[in-house]
Amino acid sequence: MMDNIILKAENVSKQYRLGLVGTGTITHDLNRWWHRIRGKEDPYLIVGEINDRSSKGNSNYVWALKDINFEVKQGEVLGIIGKNGAGKSTLLKILSRVTSPSTGQIKTKGRIASLLEVGTGFHGEMTGRENIYLNGAILGMTKKEIHSKIDQIIDFSGCERYIDTPVKRYSSGMTVRLAFAVAAFLEPEILVIDEVLAVGDAEFQKKAIGKMQEISRGKGRTVLFVSHNMASIRNLCDRTIMLKNGTVHMTGNTDAVIQEYLSESMKTRSDNVFKSKFVEKVEVQNNPIEIGKEFMLKIIFKGNYKEKINYCFLGVENEDQRRVFSIGTHLDNNFDKSFSHGDSLTCTINSLNIVKGCYKAFIAIGTNMPRKNLEVIYDAVFFDVIDNNYFNNGLSLNRKQGDVVFNSNWALNEE
Amino acid sequence: MLFLVGIKNNIDLIKEDKDEWLYSITSNKGVINLNFKEIWNYRDLLFLFVKRDVITLYKQTVLGPLWYFIQPLFTSIIFTLIFNNIADIKTGNGIPPFLFNLASISAWNYFSTCLNGTSDTFKKNQGIFGKVYFPRVIMPISTIVSNLIKFGIQLLVFICFYIYFVFFTESASNIQVNIAVLWFPLVVLVMALLGLGLGMIISSMTTKYRDLSFLVSFGVQLLMYGSAVMYPISLIEKKVSECVLPNYVGVLIEFNPMTTVIELFRYLALGVGEVSLFKIGYITIISILVFLLGLIIFNRTEKQFIDTV
Repeated sequence: MMDNIILKAENVSKQYRLGLVGTGTITHDLNRWWHRIRGKEDPYLIVGEINDRSSKGNSNYVWALKDINFEVKQGEVLGIIGKNGAGKSTLLKILSRVTSPSTGQIKTKGRIASLLEVGTGFHGEMTGRENIYLNGAILGMTKKEIHSKIDQIIDFSGCERYIDTPVKRYSSGMTVRLAFAVAAFLEPEILVIDEVLAVGDAEFQKKAIGKMQEISRGKGRTVLFVSHNMASIRNLCDRTIMLKNGTVHMTGNTDAVIQEYLSESMKTRSDNVFKSKFVEKVEVQNNPIEIGKEFMLKIIFKGNYKEKINYCFLGVENEDQRRVFSIGTHLDNNFDKSFSHGDSLTCTINSLNIVKGCYKAFIAIGTNMPRKNLEVIYDAVFFDVIDNNYFNNGLSLNRKQGDVVFNSNWALNEE
Repeated sequence: MLFLVGIKNNIDLIKEDKDEWLYSITSNKGVINLNFKEIWNYRDLLFLFVKRDVITLYKQTVLGPLWYFIQPLFTSIIFTLIFNNIADIKTGNGIPPFLFNLASISAWNYFSTCLNGTSDTFKKNQGIFGKVYFPRVIMPISTIVSNLIKFGIQLLVFICFYIYFVFFTESASNIQVNIAVLWFPLVVLVMALLGLGLGMIISSMTTKYRDLSFLVSFGVQLLMYGSAVMYPISLIEKKVSECVLPNYVGVLIEFNPMTTVIELFRYLALGVGEVSLFKIGYITIISILVFLLGLIIFNRTEKQFIDTV
């Protein structure tokens, strides 16, 4: 049954104490203990601040997670995204029972196995085969289970040749392959995965993603997947939770949540431009842009530098950090000027035929002959592309269908 | 009909709603909630950990498992030279001092390796404990079991020397094996429980405050001197009655459970020493209490330790 809820988090909170453990801590511990034997609540659970990594707080206690509620249905692949320090890893640690919540509870109807970091418990002195058994057992398999799958595991890892060699002789990629192979053949009802796909070569990453899709789609197993890689979140997850400062900021459809995540990161846009030596301001003048319409960019220069600058380059990337297109002054044959002293530079693209989504661009500034970058401003500008009925029939293309969008004309030549 | 189906679905839904959750993850503060069934489910892991400990210990060494023999042998020789030849401690009954020391050291080694091995469980394994869940108690138990294997090998060495002394030397007549050997498993169990219990307590207490771990490394060394390893307990009694040794020291040594364990072990193996049923009962109860206490503390610690270790 699709609506069967397999995992439920109720008001899960986790408090951490900052600073060092030292003699000062013991007084707090004694106080806590004194409250407990009198049957009172932990006095330090009352204090505690929202976990914002960058702001300075007054309390030594912070809530890494505060009142997290969510449900996961059977067979669902749930993505969890959030900035560094938003509480993703803490949540996973609680889910995989490495640590327990300060308050609240998580109820589950199935075994949870976690793949927090592959290769956990590998012993360098033991052979690949021995490590498969050990690692499998650590992840909760019985010897019999592993024994029945060992050939498949070895085959999937692609390390057959090395299987009876100590793991310390393996390359790091091979270790990861072996470890992922073991985990891939785990059969828990719920699998928790954290950023494993960031390792291994392209071939293996593809294999791993394929395997994860097979796990969730084919066998109806539930997967909780944490990643910073929006492409793999989008590929794998039906639904996504976005955490922010230890709370659930948004849950819902993956595309919508990713959209929110990216626009959130735009709000807190980097002050790279602010720090720039040459550039005062960069803006896309008609943001958001409709597909196929004009793209107008304006760069205003500062007036206090001596260098002669006559080159500007812009690289536009999509949400998956993949370059979509590049533009530059040197590519425009009609442009041959140097700019300085509060000048502003505008760039127009007549029709921007790229698929809807969020984009960001870096700017490189320098001299053209010889070409030399004097400064590169990463994440200098962000813009959105929206689909305002481009095809005139209510249909639209999404990112999975490609980066560019064209109107196409079809004709049938009848006999 | 449709209506009925509707009702049936409703019932199904209600049923599902009340479905038992398999388990829940909470900040449970109960005194003890050990899940023995779960531990049993992980028995294969226990076995594999033991296997890992045994096969990886002497990897890339030339002498390999011979190190199992060398350490107790050399210690016994040194002990014999110092305590028996120089300090002139009598082993009683004309038992060869070397054999006396070998017996004591084998037994003591088992206890001390168990204690040392388990007392830094959390610290040593924080990498793996921080990543995956399995019943943490598997770790210290695997240490106990793999040390048991080592102990078995050392026991074989002891038996070899035993046979040598009985059949090829003059001191044969003084050694008597008796039916009391049947107590042997109890001695091992008591040592294991004591080592495990104390180890679990110490490892739990050192997760937040590391102070205790400094104590363990030399404390175990010192404890050996208070556990009648290189002298018979009768010697202490004699010294106390001669007023050479303060009375309280004598009492401390006598009621140190390990004293009785070592004494009992020598009694079983060599037929020397003083043991009484009272003492056997005493050490059994103490070891069970220590073990249970250790289990409770360990169980309380395992859920939170990763935040403080």
